[in-house]
Amino acid sequence: MASAIGRRRTRVAWGFLGPSVLGMLVFFVFPLVMTVYYSFTSFDLSNPPRWNSFANWKFLFGGDPLIGQATFNTLWFVAILVPVRIAGAMLVAWALTRARTASGALRTLYYLPALIPPVASTIAFVFLLNPATGPVNKLLGAVGIEGPGWFTSPAWAKPSLVLLGLWVLGDIMIIFLAALLDVPVEQYEAAELDGANGAQRFRHITIPNMAPVLMFSLITGIIAALQYFTEPAVASSTAMGKAAVGEGASGMLGWPDQSTLTYGQLLYQKAFGANLFGYASAMAVVLFVAAGVVTAVLLRRFSSFTPEVAA
Amino acid sequence: MSASTLTRPQASGAAPRRRTRVVEGTPWRRRSPLVFVADHALLIALAVMFVAPFVFVLLTAVMSPEQAGTSFSWPTSWHWDNFAQVFEKLPMLKYFGNSFLYAGLATLFMLVSSVPAGYALARIRFRGSRLYFFAIIAMMLLPPQVTSVPLYVMWSRLGLTGSLWPLILPNLLGDAFSIFLLRQFFLTIPAEYSEAARIDGCGELRTLWRVILPMARPGIAATSIFLFFASWNDYYGPLLYTSENESAWPVSYALAQFRGSRSVDWNLTMAATLIAMVPVVLVFLLAQRAFVRGVTLTGVKG
Repeated sequence: MASAIGRRRTRVAWGFLGPSVLGMLVFFVFPLVMTVYYSFTSFDLSNPPRWNSFANWKFLFGGDPLIGQATFNTLWFVAILVPVRIAGAMLVAWALTRARTASGALRTLYYLPALIPPVASTIAFVFLLNPATGPVNKLLGAVGIEGPGWFTSPAWAKPSLVLLGLWVLGDIMIIFLAALLDVPVEQYEAAELDGANGAQRFRHITIPNMAPVLMFSLITGIIAALQYFTEPAVASSTAMGKAAVGEGASGMLGWPDQSTLTYGQLLYQKAFGANLFGYASAMAVVLFVAAGVVTAVLLRRFSSFTPEVAA
Repeated sequence: MSASTLTRPQASGAAPRRRTRVVEGTPWRRRSPLVFVADHALLIALAVMFVAPFVFVLLTAVMSPEQAGTSFSWPTSWHWDNFAQVFEKLPMLKYFGNSFLYAGLATLFMLVSSVPAGYALARIRFRGSRLYFFAIIAMMLLPPQVTSVPLYVMWSRLGLTGSLWPLILPNLLGDAFSIFLLRQFFLTIPAEYSEAARIDGCGELRTLWRVILPMARPGIAATSIFLFFASWNDYYGPLLYTSENESAWPVSYALAQFRGSRSVDWNLTMAATLIAMVPVVLVFLLAQRAFVRGVTLTGVKG
């Protein structure tokens, strides 16, 4: 059947896609291949890469004193930050569906923090949570609680970043809100006639209807957490009062006590701070595999990307 | 804003809409006054929590340097000129110019390359379209750190490190997330329009330009705003390519350096933080409708 028209169509389509095909080769396929190659070399940018076989890989899996902590911190954010943000966004979106007035204005208010530059929101939080002079500890003190050290305490630095993540949960919240409003009213009405209480309606109607959106936000959230960089980097350098990233100050990375050192920051530091581009490439391959596993799960949920299937 | 923009865009002329809950008005069941009060107490408490950080930042931004360095309290005197001082002490206009250059050109280049690509994936049936769509999603989800090293090597060979061009130019060859979002949007435009245009003898390019683009304006606007914001807010990219050349710094990167490499007081840091927020907040308030519609498209239900 397919015919000249079909072939012509295919030609036109690839014509439309042409620039992006080139982009995919230059900015995706080529650098991936090069990253794998560099990971088997010793490379400092000023000299051409020298083959050193598995040396980088041996150092990665037994030798690098920081990679254990960096991986632990990153997985901590995957395990805590991602679900906490999703639960928080769910609560806020649900609350918004209950608003009888001014829901548009409230939605804008709740959403606004998610829009501003992450550098700005991070600096604002470091200030708010400043242990000695910040307003949060001052308020806590007023009710008789001695506030923690927040970003300056190894135990509290990660929870402080979770608080920041909650403030900027609007990006997920707005997707949840749209999905919540799309749940057919009849299902709630029928369930109520059958005597289902609020919790049962949430469990058996809301959650199944939200499943694709929840899955989407979970997977994109995990991938974002795997590359978590800006907030911890800016938080530790601002709290410390020095610019840590990009100045080769590896001792200060993840300050305090490497408590906010993420995998992405260590990778950046190894490459652009310590000039160990071969080793950083090995780290990049590991990150790619981790993100690839999560992406594979996402692609299996392919149907959730096509509104045609949804309608 | 009306509730209609919150629901998924629906093909006009398609099956009748399902009844959906609307934000205001028609409650789908009666609620007791007590529940009403509890709901709205929660909503107000949330509003206070989301707004409070902005208020504290603003109060600090107008303090005297002496007060900003001490335990937080209500401003004893109001120094609105702190905002002007930020512009005097730092080359803010230069930073803003760099941010506009980065975000503006990136968005413009993305439109040229990604609108046809998104359309082809949504509305032209051809061999390999599904596979290519998978590849676009994979590219969209790739952490930037994975490819940083080879791309940095490439751009330094081209002599473009130390500038924002390594972040702007790739958009000429398509931006994966924008292609994905545009495709999602084109899918909501009934296929009958493209087909009718084809039957009338329009080529694909003319169909896209004359028939589809005018209908797709909201989606194109949303995608543009997304990329503009992503570029404006970007920290990792400018850190990678411009950290050694201060004259190329955009606002978001420069802001991160305030407390660090320069000893700027908290009041001016907070003033600069607010100034950096202004453009995105303004754009959002002006284009809220298109923006919210775009956001909901990223997570369409299946």
